[in-house]
Amino acid sequence: MPLVELRGVSKIYHLGGEEIRALDDVNLDIDAGEFISIIGPSGSGKSTLMHILGCLDTPTRGTICLDGTLIHNATPRQLAAIRNRKIGFVFQFFNLLPKLNVLQNVELPMVYSGLSSRERRERALRALRMVDMENRSKHRPMQLSGGQQQRAAIARALVNDPKIIFADEPTGNLDSHTGEVILELFRKLSHEGRTIALVTHDPEIAAVTPRRIEIRDGRISKVIDPKLAGLDRQLETPASV
Amino acid sequence: MNFWSAIEVGFKEIWAHKFRSLLTMLGIVLGVSSLVAMAALVKGMENGMKEALIAIGGLEKVRVEEQDIPAKQRQYTDDAVGCTINDVYALERSAPLVTLVEPEMRMPSYYRVTRDGKMPDWVNLIGTWPSALEMNEHIVQYGRMFNDIDDENARNVCVIGTYIRDELFGAPDEVGHEIIPLGQTININGEPFRIIGMFQRYESERERKQRELQATQPKAAPQTGPKRSRGWGGHKGGGFVFGWKNRTIYIPLNTMWLRFRAATGTNNIPDPHLSALNLKVASVDELEPALQQARNVLMSTHHGIEDFRFQTQEDWAQNITSAIHHARLSGGFISAISLLVGGIGIMNIMLASITERIREIGIRKAIGATYADVFVQILIESVVIALLGGLAGLAAAYGLVYLLQTLSPTENTPIITFTALGVAFLFSAGVGVLAGLVPAFKAAKLDPIQALRYD
Repeated sequence: MPLVELRGVSKIYHLGGEEIRALDDVNLDIDAGEFISIIGPSGSGKSTLMHILGCLDTPTRGTICLDGTLIHNATPRQLAAIRNRKIGFVFQFFNLLPKLNVLQNVELPMVYSGLSSRERRERALRALRMVDMENRSKHRPMQLSGGQQQRAAIARALVNDPKIIFADEPTGNLDSHTGEVILELFRKLSHEGRTIALVTHDPEIAAVTPRRIEIRDGRISKVIDPKLAGLDRQLETPASV
Repeated sequence: MNFWSAIEVGFKEIWAHKFRSLLTMLGIVLGVSSLVAMAALVKGMENGMKEALIAIGGLEKVRVEEQDIPAKQRQYTDDAVGCTINDVYALERSAPLVTLVEPEMRMPSYYRVTRDGKMPDWVNLIGTWPSALEMNEHIVQYGRMFNDIDDENARNVCVIGTYIRDELFGAPDEVGHEIIPLGQTININGEPFRIIGMFQRYESERERKQRELQATQPKAAPQTGPKRSRGWGGHKGGGFVFGWKNRTIYIPLNTMWLRFRAATGTNNIPDPHLSALNLKVASVDELEPALQQARNVLMSTHHGIEDFRFQTQEDWAQNITSAIHHARLSGGFISAISLLVGGIGIMNIMLASITERIREIGIRKAIGATYADVFVQILIESVVIALLGGLAGLAAAYGLVYLLQTLSPTENTPIITFTALGVAFLFSAGVGVLAGLVPAFKAAKLDPIQALRYD
């Protein structure tokens, strides 16, 4: 059974009497441990898809099953709990809270899942170790470089041990070298067995993932799947980026 | 998100905007301190108003006076006995709700009290029992009250108020030291009376403060022109009660009857006559049954002729209660307005704060904050500001009361009560909650996607 299962998912907005289909009858499965990318130009519906997959939004039609739970008609409170425990977000603009230091930022998801302060601290430090940011734990986001901020944000996404991590243009605000470092980090995490979905408009970045899903006008227009082509074995070995 | 981390976030947020938070708190500080100071002023005023009522014996004291016989009983005029000592004995024996009875025989006003050619303008000369001390809240500061033996033997002894001393022997303000005229003799209508005791000086708190203030300041220029009384107009509230008490001369009841013929009654009344008698009832709550009991007893001793009436201080007490009520209401109203303004300030700043933090709220929601988490966080921030302001306001209230006291030192001392402090603090908490509701609601219902896009 796939980790995420979308069946006939549509998202329809009404703008000035006009019907806008941001997503139109999308079917998609993501298995546990997969590293996929969702590509498409701006306005294609890839952000809407990510929002729905990430439980920030609910579809107008269709069913979504995440980790065995149907979530397409969950209440906002249930969605918040799912976001908290099963999903990690990495954003283009890092979205760290400027008033908190790195450690406190990484602890934040656990504040909402109600862990004790000792456990929060331990797990936050462990997550920071994973992204090699331990020695910056007392810094404020503003004192860090973009790459360091993004690594802290990835630590925050990891800290509650989520089922799936969504990264929305994670390199969009970084120079190309730092971007590569971040992508390398994602690949490392993927090899550790984490499920990661990259959302990007850049085919070059999408090229790091084995499976690529292209969205256009709210529909899945193209799927590049090594499994279908029997190339998955070949891609097991790390390719140069 | 648990309660304590919400409070911690609240404090951090306040600390991050120190000046802004301080200004916001100032509104609550003013509201709370004015509420407490107002309550303290009213409490002081209440005490000032009540002290005169207590000085004349309190609400429990009831005076029985003679009155004209009602029209339908006019034909019994010759049988009317008026107030007599028999009433006192009867009440003592037959009215259990009346705890104390005191007879009073007052001298006609043309009786003169003199010494060495000096004479007070008017005195309050009464023949009574030693229990008058308890009944009228008198305190003998020097010497002693006459006792039952003095009364039994009809001795020529008297206990005087300080005003009598001031007029006959000299006031401490004028001679510079306290004269204690124990053992001295004064003349009451030609009869020599020995002073065996003197009461303490009765004065309202305001008068005492005025006197103390004058003592610390250089002596004012003496009154120019011929010596004269400056009239009664200066007394506010119940001040006259104290002057009246200071003019008291008590002599034993039997002395009064035996020495002064006018005191024995003139219209062939066989019983020893009284001008009035005072009762004290056990408690104010039982005033009406006690009066009914007293009336039944008196109707019997007065042969069914209603030539007496009861005089209580209920109206006075009621006036005090309603004056306090009005002062409290108007003061409370003004304080409530300033608290309201403080609350609006908090709401305003919280609205500005959440607009600034839309992105933060979006991030918090994206990583798992629920509606309730955000709502509680904003509400707690608002309450924390209000409570900090409230605490500062309580401290400021003491300063405000001190300021008021320095500005008008002769007014009744404002009294800060714990109730006022508690109520004001609760009000500040309530204002914090009310002011936080709308911003908290606005923040909590933000859509995370929109909020994350916001710049």
